[in-house]
Amino acid sequence: MQRRPGLRREGDIVVELAGLKLKNPVLVASGTFGYGKEFADYLDLNKLGGLITKSVSLKAKEGNPPPRIVETPSGMINSIGLQNEGLEAFIKNAIPFLAKLEIPVIVNIAGDTIEEYAELAKQLGKEKTVKGLEVNISCPNVKKGGMAFGIDPTATKEVISAVRKATTLPIIAKLSPNVTDITLTAKAAENAGANAISLINTVVGMAIDIETRRSRIGRPTGGLSGPAIRPIAVRMVYEASKAVKIPVIGIGGIMTGSDAIEFFIAGASAVEVGTANFVDTAAPLRILKEINDYLAKHEIGDHHELIGTFKE
Amino acid sequence: MATQEQCQVLDHKQVGPRYFKLTLKSHYISTNGEPGQFVNVRVDNGTEPLLRRPISLHRINKEHQTFELLYEVVGEGTTLLTKATIGSKVDVLGPLGSGFKLDPAKKIAILVGGGMGIAPLAALAEKLKTLGGRAVYALAGARDKSCLVCEDELASLANQSVVATDDGSQGRKGYVSDLLIDLLNNTVTQIHYPETAIYACGPKGMLKAVAEIAGQKKIACQLSLEEKMACGIGACLGCSVMTINGYKTVCKDGPVFDAKEISW
Repeated sequence: MQRRPGLRREGDIVVELAGLKLKNPVLVASGTFGYGKEFADYLDLNKLGGLITKSVSLKAKEGNPPPRIVETPSGMINSIGLQNEGLEAFIKNAIPFLAKLEIPVIVNIAGDTIEEYAELAKQLGKEKTVKGLEVNISCPNVKKGGMAFGIDPTATKEVISAVRKATTLPIIAKLSPNVTDITLTAKAAENAGANAISLINTVVGMAIDIETRRSRIGRPTGGLSGPAIRPIAVRMVYEASKAVKIPVIGIGGIMTGSDAIEFFIAGASAVEVGTANFVDTAAPLRILKEINDYLAKHEIGDHHELIGTFKE
Repeated sequence: MATQEQCQVLDHKQVGPRYFKLTLKSHYISTNGEPGQFVNVRVDNGTEPLLRRPISLHRINKEHQTFELLYEVVGEGTTLLTKATIGSKVDVLGPLGSGFKLDPAKKIAILVGGGMGIAPLAALAEKLKTLGGRAVYALAGARDKSCLVCEDELASLANQSVVATDDGSQGRKGYVSDLLIDLLNNTVTQIHYPETAIYACGPKGMLKAVAEIAGQKKIACQLSLEEKMACGIGACLGCSVMTINGYKTVCKDGPVFDAKEISW
């Protein structure tokens, strides 16, 4: 049914994504929103399309040496190194809060090995609160695992297949932009049974202090995020969405509703808001409002009418 | 609890070669803010610079529902902040972090500020004065005379205050840690150590020196740390520092830590 413009209500857009029903297409990106609780004072979490947690690994990870952040032109480079308390502590400490939310909670998982990804999927599949998994095969800040699985289509297929076998939960494969051809890993994830793909994770970057000639973060390289990477993300969403049939979630420097609309036109069914959360605690809900304003202004009933409508 | 709020600029003036004092209106932040806490300030609505700037609460005026930020112009972010005009609004997230903890058993407070580290000590001195029953010593250090800021303000709030500069252009020539050693040898002597607390803020090297002195003399000591920061609310884990209990965030677990906790 075509909705009449002007009658749009908040949460009007329903998105079917990887078997999940989202009340709107704006999610929050892993690593930028903690485990939700950190932002509960600032915005109504139940108004989000969905919440994607910070990466959870099987065992606790200490993280990388500081400094872990450096600001760069319209962006930032981070080297957090997946610091987290591990699966057991996550279930004990973070799940009780997440269980109270009315929106889909998607847990981002990161392993050093394929077996660890599968074990995480198996264990989290037993948690009623967890409605989906986002498989992080694209973190550039860890020595083992992480991006290594996301830059080689064969490795991508192996990890996603292993996760697929371990759980019936919807799987979103989070892809790395640090590849020449994004369609190869996108297709590998699809063929291995992913229900959706999300992209992009951070772009490997570097910032040097010219006085000391050392890195401005604790490791030589880190992950660049923010508006600086948005054009790369839009291009990759465009390429990947043409190559696969499963839904694509766009991520990369989305600060406004206009930015999100750009991703929809490129081919994204939904978006994740990341670095913007650090700048404006109300960013995801402001962006949702701005999307709705655009749709109303252009008399478009639903954001689905925009998806993949880029004109060659 | 904290808030993201558009705070009205009530006053904004230059107070030194590179120093500015910004007075903002906020019922919430002035009511809930404590010495040692900070706010994360958005200096511009664009994406350049992208991140907020963490600035400590310099003064908190609950009666007038205002708070002051004392900041140094160090880069493009703080340069942009200087352009905030009286009557305009600034996007502020705060009050954030864990501030100084006051122990009623500590009747002597020694405030040690290095460079801009002096800024949050004014709010602390004021609170100690309000509580009463304490002797407050303020020690301020800076590279040279031009880098000394608000030392008069701190002096007016303390019972006794001393200044040192690296080049001797004002006060004693030397480091603020030298002033601390002097004070602990001559004025606040060993018999007073159990009832003394040191509160320090400044560059890492200075804080380390203060922590060592406090450790040797077994005096309670709290340090306010600084680190590059993104979210300010404990979500991104970007501002972590190593402690004896693993990495802790400066923005949420700190910025004030017990000196014994820090792994240097």
